[in-house]
Amino acid sequence: MQKITRDQLIEKAASLLGNGTVSCVLGWEKGEFDYDVTPALFETESELREKFVFGDFCGANLSKYLVSKTRKCEGRILVFLKPCDTYSFNQLLTEHRFDREKAYVVGIPCEGMADIERVKELCGDGISSVTADGDELVVTTLYDDEPVRVKAESVLAERCVNCKSKKHVAYDELIGEDGEVLSSARFDEVARLEAMTPDERFAFWQNELSKCIRCNACRNVCPACTCERCVFDNPSSGVENKAAANSFEEKMFHIIRAFHVAGRCTDCGECSRVCPQNIPLHLLNRKFIKDIDDFYGEYQAGAEVGSRAPLVNYTFDDLEPGEVFERGGQDA
Amino acid sequence: MNNRTETLIPKIGVITDVRIDTPDIKTFRVVTPDGVKPFIHRPGQCAMLSVPGVGEAMFSITSSPTNEEYMEFSIKKCGCVTDWLHQAEPGQQITIRGPYGKPFPVDDEFASKNLLFIAGGVGLAPLRSVINYCRHYRDRYGRIDIVYGSRSKDDLLDYREIIEEWSKDENVHVHLTIDREQEGWDGHVGFVPNYVKELGFDTDKTVILCGPPIMIKFTLDGLYALGFDKTQIYTTLEMRMKCGIGKCGRCNVGSRYICKDGPVFRFDELDELPDEY
Amino acid sequence: MRKCSLESIDRVFAAINADASLYLPVDGDDGKAVYTKWEDGVKWSGALNTVRSPKSFFFPQMEDLVQFRTEGKTIEVIDPRKESEDFVVFGVRACDAKSFEVLDRVFLVDPVDSYYASRREHGVIVTVACTRPVETCFCKTFGIDPAEPAGDVSVWKTDSELFWQSNTEKGEKLLEKLADLTEECTDEAVAAQKEKINSVMSRLPLADLKADAFGAGKTMKFFDAPEWDELSESCIACGTCTYVCPTCQCYDIKDFNTGNGVIRFRCWDSCMYSEFTKMSAGQPRLTQKERFRQRFMHKLVYYPEKNGGLFSCVGCGRCLSRCPISMNIVKVMKTIGGKADE
Repeated sequence: MQKITRDQLIEKAASLLGNGTVSCVLGWEKGEFDYDVTPALFETESELREKFVFGDFCGANLSKYLVSKTRKCEGRILVFLKPCDTYSFNQLLTEHRFDREKAYVVGIPCEGMADIERVKELCGDGISSVTADGDELVVTTLYDDEPVRVKAESVLAERCVNCKSKKHVAYDELIGEDGEVLSSARFDEVARLEAMTPDERFAFWQNELSKCIRCNACRNVCPACTCERCVFDNPSSGVENKAAANSFEEKMFHIIRAFHVAGRCTDCGECSRVCPQNIPLHLLNRKFIKDIDDFYGEYQAGAEVGSRAPLVNYTFDDLEPGEVFERGGQDA
Repeated sequence: MNNRTETLIPKIGVITDVRIDTPDIKTFRVVTPDGVKPFIHRPGQCAMLSVPGVGEAMFSITSSPTNEEYMEFSIKKCGCVTDWLHQAEPGQQITIRGPYGKPFPVDDEFASKNLLFIAGGVGLAPLRSVINYCRHYRDRYGRIDIVYGSRSKDDLLDYREIIEEWSKDENVHVHLTIDREQEGWDGHVGFVPNYVKELGFDTDKTVILCGPPIMIKFTLDGLYALGFDKTQIYTTLEMRMKCGIGKCGRCNVGSRYICKDGPVFRFDELDELPDEY
Repeated sequence: MRKCSLESIDRVFAAINADASLYLPVDGDDGKAVYTKWEDGVKWSGALNTVRSPKSFFFPQMEDLVQFRTEGKTIEVIDPRKESEDFVVFGVRACDAKSFEVLDRVFLVDPVDSYYASRREHGVIVTVACTRPVETCFCKTFGIDPAEPAGDVSVWKTDSELFWQSNTEKGEKLLEKLADLTEECTDEAVAAQKEKINSVMSRLPLADLKADAFGAGKTMKFFDAPEWDELSESCIACGTCTYVCPTCQCYDIKDFNTGNGVIRFRCWDSCMYSEFTKMSAGQPRLTQKERFRQRFMHKLVYYPEKNGGLFSCVGCGRCLSRCPISMNIVKVMKTIGGKADE
């Protein structure tokens, strides 16, 4: 598939700005290095030409920004969404988090985004440049004169290795060809955790969650976490906390959050992308998705607007709680 | 201040008296379990009071340092800690630590000056310790004017003390006002800023101003119109505080920590700070 | 100056650990270095730096301040503090070593924070000069020399040897303990090593970043800069930058009901959080722009104003690599500082 270029997106954005379809553009802005890309709002063509970037490090899911930006901006916002981002977009619409009319979605195909940590594992620290060349990345470091070439697919983020869909489930306009929903191996890791003994599994999560520094990055980036005021920030909720006073509280934050987004999480993987402590938080959410699939039939949050998630939709065919317990096994 | 401090560990205080001042303000008298004043303070300084399990909050010490028996705090009901305190009965223990902050310069800049106190609502609380200190050392100061206003007569803090003590002092002039007409009130009616303009004070005074932000803003405009200079006007600020000793960062505004470098500021000092208080 | 071979490092660690707990960067299961307590078999990480800064040795993310037991109307106050045990932190980089000076000026000024002070007194800092600075490093911007790290003891690592130099009385004592495992040496190899480091430093992409535009007295110059709007535009208001930062020291004090008493603890807090300054009576910083501005103004203007020009950023680069949206102090400095000079 032909890769989308920065220029193509700028031309598209410039024409939509020019003909008045949109008043601003939600995209990605270049950083200090080739990989530290910041989500940004662009209002003019010259801003776009100067700062807009698109490339292997534009992993950030822009859909959540629509909640705040559609309130702030007059007129429509052009937003570039990758296939996985469109699921979050639909889920936010299902939850009435912003006005659909205020967003103009340009769907862009995605061959997977690179994870700079993986690049560093392969090419070493001290990255001075990363540029795309076909299906390879050309990486130079401060320490080697010779650039290193790596296959783009070898440095993909985990969520892209296990990509669930190349199909856009929402758009006003598409650039390039749309893809298909994929059968990914994304539940393999969950199955591995399920195969552990309860003690092993407890130890696994204890180890991972004890790394948490309660920076709230996972929550704040999560498109399913759009409460105006989170219980964990609200002193009158009774569970407000900033640091775990004991190991129970340490796990509580993530487990409560996982429960809260259960059935609404589209598995966009932003939580794990942003975690400064590299906790594989997406595995908690995937466990819920897998269980919901197993117990109530396959369901993908955000696949369509307005769908009733199994957890909030009662049917006569629903499993009885006892059956859930049996199927999950006593140790589940 | 003690050098090697253990100030984050509070002392025990006992509430020995609770006075209902207004529908939402109560004044609490606090001593140590031994029955003495918890510590020595200067007018305008604050203390951290806490109810274990509920929280800790900073309050102005409203009693004068010249009161050697106990400390008083006039507290408006407006949050977790204050809600709890409003339900407390005499005999209840709380915790107390302090004193915190820079006091009003009562012995330096204020000495031998004519003083004009202007307060709105619960804003009288931090000024009460200053007023009573100045009344105690009456001969050190010139004429004292007190302009105090509240929503209604019932919302006037320390009303009995104002009428029975302050108003009767020689060369102390009390000017009370309430926002709206009320039965049984034959005093002035109107907002504090307008009353200050009406009274038209001479600029030979040092002003001590405390009240809601909007009152402060308009009163300042009035004072400037009368010819007062920023260097003559003092106030005391309120910010969220946790440590009280200039470390936790909450009350940081510009290069100042309100808990330690304030809460008392002269308005020309505030000019150097960003407008975030 | 003394030296030992790299091969003997485990014996040296064992000797240090004999009298005081030794902590050093060790690669975790995700490949990232974490300060870990040394024990036999634990391997010193080759990473440039740890994800979390060593500030938690002195200012832990959470610590108990005081405990209460309540009964009826009475309260008992319990002081939970114990004298800290001696410990040694090995492998601290020059930037992080400087961060202790920044923290000291907050916690050790009158009134002294006794919790922090006790840990500072009992901790010995062994720094290691950087050999491979990376693209996110900009310590030189703040006058820090990665080839001359501070600390009680400074260590330089070459391909086969470690060179030790004590800078303080505490450091002197530590080196005395290692007398049998190290030998007296000249500083030629170290001088060569320093030169090597400096040649890399000049190649760093942020080598030219200057902080001159900032510092004391610049509040009014930068506070109302229009650029704060676009800089803070995408900030998701998390506390990542604050919590990975070696110099951020804001904290919250909270009560925890244990069921049979109350523990009052303090924990890290962030000025990026919306409730940080929220009072019952109002909120002085209403938008994320104001909270975002506070963090950077504090580091670049307010703190230096209060502390003789010392910046409260040490250029460690952690926020550069960890911010979920890649917004950071370097971008702020270039945007605001560059513009204001025009």
